[in-house]
Amino acid sequence: MLINIKSNSLTNTGQRIGLMYFRVAIILFAAQLLMGLIAATQFVYPSFLYGIFDFSVARMVHINALVVWMLYAMIGATYYMLTDETGEEVVMAGLGKLAFWVLTLAITVVVLVFIFVQIGPGTEKSIWLINEGREYLEAPRWADIGIVVVVLIFYANVFFTFLKGRKTGIMQVMVANLLALAGLYLAGMFFTDNISMDQYWWWWVIHLWVEATWEVFVGTLAAYALIKFIGAKREIVEMWLWIEVLMLFGSGILGLGHHYFWIGTPEYWWEIGALFSALEPVPLVAMFVHVLYDWGKEQGINGDKPTITNGPGMAWIVTNAFGNFLGAGIWGFFHTLPQVNIYTHGTQFTSAHGHLAFFGAYATILIGMMYMGVQGAYGVKRLKATFNSKMAITLITFGLLGMTVALTIAGYEQVLVERAELGGGWQAFFTAQNLPWYVQAQLWRLIMGLVTFVGFIYLVLDLLTIGKKAKAAEA
Amino acid sequence: MAKENLSVWTSISFWRRSAAWVTGFATILLIWLTFDTMGQISMGTDADLQKGITKRVPAPTVINYHIDYKMSEKRGHEVPVIGKKEPFFGKEWSVKDAAALLHLGKLTSQSKNCMDCHTLLGNGAYYAPDLTKAWLDPMWGATMQGMTGKSTREEAMAEFLQHPEKYPTHARMMPNLKITPKEAQGLVAFLKHLSSIDTNGFPRGFSKTVDQFKAGGTNAH
Repeated sequence: MLINIKSNSLTNTGQRIGLMYFRVAIILFAAQLLMGLIAATQFVYPSFLYGIFDFSVARMVHINALVVWMLYAMIGATYYMLTDETGEEVVMAGLGKLAFWVLTLAITVVVLVFIFVQIGPGTEKSIWLINEGREYLEAPRWADIGIVVVVLIFYANVFFTFLKGRKTGIMQVMVANLLALAGLYLAGMFFTDNISMDQYWWWWVIHLWVEATWEVFVGTLAAYALIKFIGAKREIVEMWLWIEVLMLFGSGILGLGHHYFWIGTPEYWWEIGALFSALEPVPLVAMFVHVLYDWGKEQGINGDKPTITNGPGMAWIVTNAFGNFLGAGIWGFFHTLPQVNIYTHGTQFTSAHGHLAFFGAYATILIGMMYMGVQGAYGVKRLKATFNSKMAITLITFGLLGMTVALTIAGYEQVLVERAELGGGWQAFFTAQNLPWYVQAQLWRLIMGLVTFVGFIYLVLDLLTIGKKAKAAEA
Repeated sequence: MAKENLSVWTSISFWRRSAAWVTGFATILLIWLTFDTMGQISMGTDADLQKGITKRVPAPTVINYHIDYKMSEKRGHEVPVIGKKEPFFGKEWSVKDAAALLHLGKLTSQSKNCMDCHTLLGNGAYYAPDLTKAWLDPMWGATMQGMTGKSTREEAMAEFLQHPEKYPTHARMMPNLKITPKEAQGLVAFLKHLSSIDTNGFPRGFSKTVDQFKAGGTNAH
């Protein structure tokens, strides 16, 4: 089906490999949403697929498909801009393509094992072959090693192409940031009986990805997209990018401390985590201002008639500016101080934040990059939003906001009743889970999840057809 | 660049250098703090337990001791209190056996994917209760011991873990994860050890007022 996206007009190797990754990303995105719907249904009807496809399985595939589709789209976007930015064909492109197929095969095996084998006995073998059982990093150890090898090949492609070609500011940030992003994965690849130690290093991967290196990655994508979509001036965009790197790493690296409040680690992380994570929204405000400022001021700066060359792509970039600030910034700040977090830690509050942040900060911009890919694939000069584009962005954004509000309300109930009133524990947990308002909130989450899914169908339809239609209109 | 930059605030090289310095400084601080934290959260020894030395993460032999979770006036929140020795599954565990049992329990907790329904130390999924202090949960007293027909907390937990579908307490039930008797013992040891970790007072007021809440009415009589 996705093969339908023609890539005849792509002029360079980077773009061609990029499109390969985008196609798989969409399939994994679909898997993520389907698994989310199953898990959300189980919250409302607990007997749904009980003993066959339990919540833990649906949830595991839900979050892993999420991480992997985003990594695919990120790798795809990197390849896509690589040749264009450096002015060079991808060095060792054949190896890069091989790595793509190896990774895709490995991911397929991992997902099939998750779905059909699900769990294993309490042995090292299970950790190596079936399931590592650490949220987000469930992929078994053999797959970890495979991922590292493939990522090294990908990095070699990027690094050597960069060395050979033009060294733009965007590419400098990209090359440095990708090295950190890839290296951090190694921190999650060991087993220990000490759960505090386990979680200490586990957060190095999770946090230093999503609250540091991934955010910088988004900064580079936004910079490149602004140049491509609205013709923003490179000097302005790259200056902003360095400011963003400064603020993102300045707050995000030590912001890691907000995960070390309650896992057995010393009290000084309260102060460090509180201070630096409270600063984390600052760069997100800056990114927001930057995108909107460029949109208003930079368009047509070269005396051209102001035009947006990719309507739907730009719409998603602007949604990213809002979503990153709201989902990661505001919803994160809500519960980042230890005085608040002692009650909210591990409740639906976290889930509300997780949904809006992953969507707002990452899904949005990666969808924008896919539109860039489609535009390139068909060689369209100006891609205008269609009815499907508008339905997709409206329904997905509305659905995500709806889920977030529902989960926030559920979290609020849970925090007050389970934690503040009853102090946590088995009975306290279920007392809160059975409150009518909590149950209603979970039902609304399911409904809003369905809205999101309908929006996703429009999105896939649009990505499949918009290029062809635009090409026909231009001809 | 064609024209000279008028201000440092619009100079790309200024921001690039600043970004590098700030990132480097934050990274070095993180690594330094990590060394300190590693020392503080590495597991204690059996000798520490015997001498009453408090460690944030005690030795596996902590399963041989009574564990409580009490308010500390000094620290302003609850802390684990390790008390007198008590039998665990009817015996005292040697250093080697306790370590092996904890190892089995930790492995089982991962291979059964506990964390994608429960939270451990507050991290995981939010479909089932947090397990940080599960060993201390009042439910493992009369209620679950009565349901399972066992006379100790650890035996009731092990029985429940092997056949959760036989002992439903709510519409949302734990599925049967094919946990063997030995793995169940390991998991209980893992949970008991978990409850002895100093979590800076999380969760606060653990299971304090459930009985009052269930009794209903007001406290004004």
